[in-house]
Amino acid sequence: MDESSADAVVETRGLTKRYRGGQLAVDALDLTVPRGSVFGFLGPNGSGKTTTIRMLMGLIEPTSGGARLLGLPMPRAARSVLPRVGALIEGPALYPYLSGRDNLLRYDAADPTADPRTRAARAAAALDRVGLGAAAGKKARAYSLGMKQRLGLAAALLQPRELLVLDEPTNGLDPQGMREIRTLVRELAREGTTVFLSSHLLDEIEQVCSHAAVMAQGRLIAQGTVAELAAGSRGRLSVTTPDPADAVRVLKEHGVTDLVVLEERVTGELPTPAPDPADLNAALVRAGVRVRAFGAEGASLEDAFVALTGEGFDVAG
Amino acid sequence: MSRAEAAGTAETNESYEAPRARPLWALALFRSELSTTFRRWRTLALLAVLAAVPVLIGVAVKIETSDGGGFGRGGGGGGGGGGDGGPAFFSQITNNGIFLVFAALAATLPVFLPMAIGVIAGDSIAGEAGPGTLRYLLVAPAGRTRLLLAKFVTIMAFCLAATLAVAIAGLATGAMLFPLGDVTLISGTSVSFGDALVRALGVAGAVALSLVGIATVGLFISTLTNSGIAAMATTVGLVVTVQILDTIPQLHAIHPYLFPHYWLSFADLLRQPVYWDQLIKNAELQGLYLAVFGSAAWARFTTKDITV
Repeated sequence: MDESSADAVVETRGLTKRYRGGQLAVDALDLTVPRGSVFGFLGPNGSGKTTTIRMLMGLIEPTSGGARLLGLPMPRAARSVLPRVGALIEGPALYPYLSGRDNLLRYDAADPTADPRTRAARAAAALDRVGLGAAAGKKARAYSLGMKQRLGLAAALLQPRELLVLDEPTNGLDPQGMREIRTLVRELAREGTTVFLSSHLLDEIEQVCSHAAVMAQGRLIAQGTVAELAAGSRGRLSVTTPDPADAVRVLKEHGVTDLVVLEERVTGELPTPAPDPADLNAALVRAGVRVRAFGAEGASLEDAFVALTGEGFDVAG
Repeated sequence: MSRAEAAGTAETNESYEAPRARPLWALALFRSELSTTFRRWRTLALLAVLAAVPVLIGVAVKIETSDGGGFGRGGGGGGGGGGDGGPAFFSQITNNGIFLVFAALAATLPVFLPMAIGVIAGDSIAGEAGPGTLRYLLVAPAGRTRLLLAKFVTIMAFCLAATLAVAIAGLATGAMLFPLGDVTLISGTSVSFGDALVRALGVAGAVALSLVGIATVGLFISTLTNSGIAAMATTVGLVVTVQILDTIPQLHAIHPYLFPHYWLSFADLLRQPVYWDQLIKNAELQGLYLAVFGSAAWARFTTKDITV
């Protein structure tokens, strides 16, 4: 534990929150976010992600257990830790009667470490970075949802941060905006900022994250690198052929299980130890199966996620 | 502890320097709080409504008296005060414009002023919690105690601004519509206009001080809810309820502890010599409310889970 804490940016031990009324929102969470990672925090709605983030940021007092941010205990060390942490928590919150720029100036004034002499310049730079430079003077009530989201991000970028906590950062953004945010996250990560990203958009996590954790019903059910998590559910073999019936027979002989035929596409689970796909293909051709396409479908994070949290669409109660 | 220290030194060895709080930072938070409140249209509208009250009273008195016949029938008499008959000080306005200041303060103190304070105080924390700006201020990190203090100072500034808005509008209207000059006090003594101006300033101060109690109660209520409207309504409702309680004779035992009980003591500044007794009691009572509800607000706000 001592070793891990040296380069863990977020570390929780037995972090638990029970709300009044007895509902257990977060249950004995042991989460470790390594420094320099882009960490995806996954979970269905109501799985306790936001409660966890709020505890990390000192907004909610844990019922038991503790959290360390940048190596220091929260919420006790909030004053020295939080200036180094930028956050977007459950969507942006703005003063509708202030302009975008004045919103940022107000949040910056609340930061004890912010230099008032550079305040205007830093706010302008943050606005440019999220593409709001042109709308800086507009009142925030006139902003679209996407613009508000960008302004919230700008507030998180007012100072150079060691850690960025972004809760659903692409909410309300158009595809172009989502791309920009992903680029921004990669850029920040390259600059050395650890990014803690909560999202339910799995391909988004898969595209930008190096590590991920999955929560369900208040419990952490998996964490590790994205590659490790995706490997948890193995890839499937996929064959496209006009002779699916023959293909199924040949593949079955070679130990492929769980064969599914979808028109001209046959997919199946490779056996362990997996045979060389080249041999399988050769066997298909020898048996006179005409193969249009052949390949192993990489396991996606989505498969892993569904495997871990179940297919159910219901919100955890 | 040693682990935390080790982690701390490990970090400073890296290129990143841990940021340090600036000594004058608290000022930045207060300034931001003040400018955000006072640049808001709602605040300016409240002040405008308050300033309109003395103008309306002045115009009404002027129209009434220009028809011939004194306002309020025989109001021209020197002393007497507002105790008997019409509203306090109204009868003296036509003799001396400065009485419009006192009349306007006496008219706004029971309802308009505490209502305006209720809006600002009730909305102070709850109005930030509801839309969620509170969580961003707290993770900035503003610090809960400092933020509460900044809110309190801003509410106090508004109390003063609101009182001054009434007083200055009263003085300006009074000077325009009515004669100024030596002032006959409630006690019948005559003092120079300069002396009366100083007393007017003292009256404004006493009125602003009278609002400390309701302002602190409003701040406390504001920490209890995430709805700004609910906090405002509760605070304003409380102003009305407590004043009703203050008029029920059977409840005289609790009267000295009700925050509006000594509100009209400011009139004692218009006596020669000044009667300090009630003024001091008022200050003590407002101080008591400040201590009790200020502590309650602090205890509540610093331990509250911010879930919005």
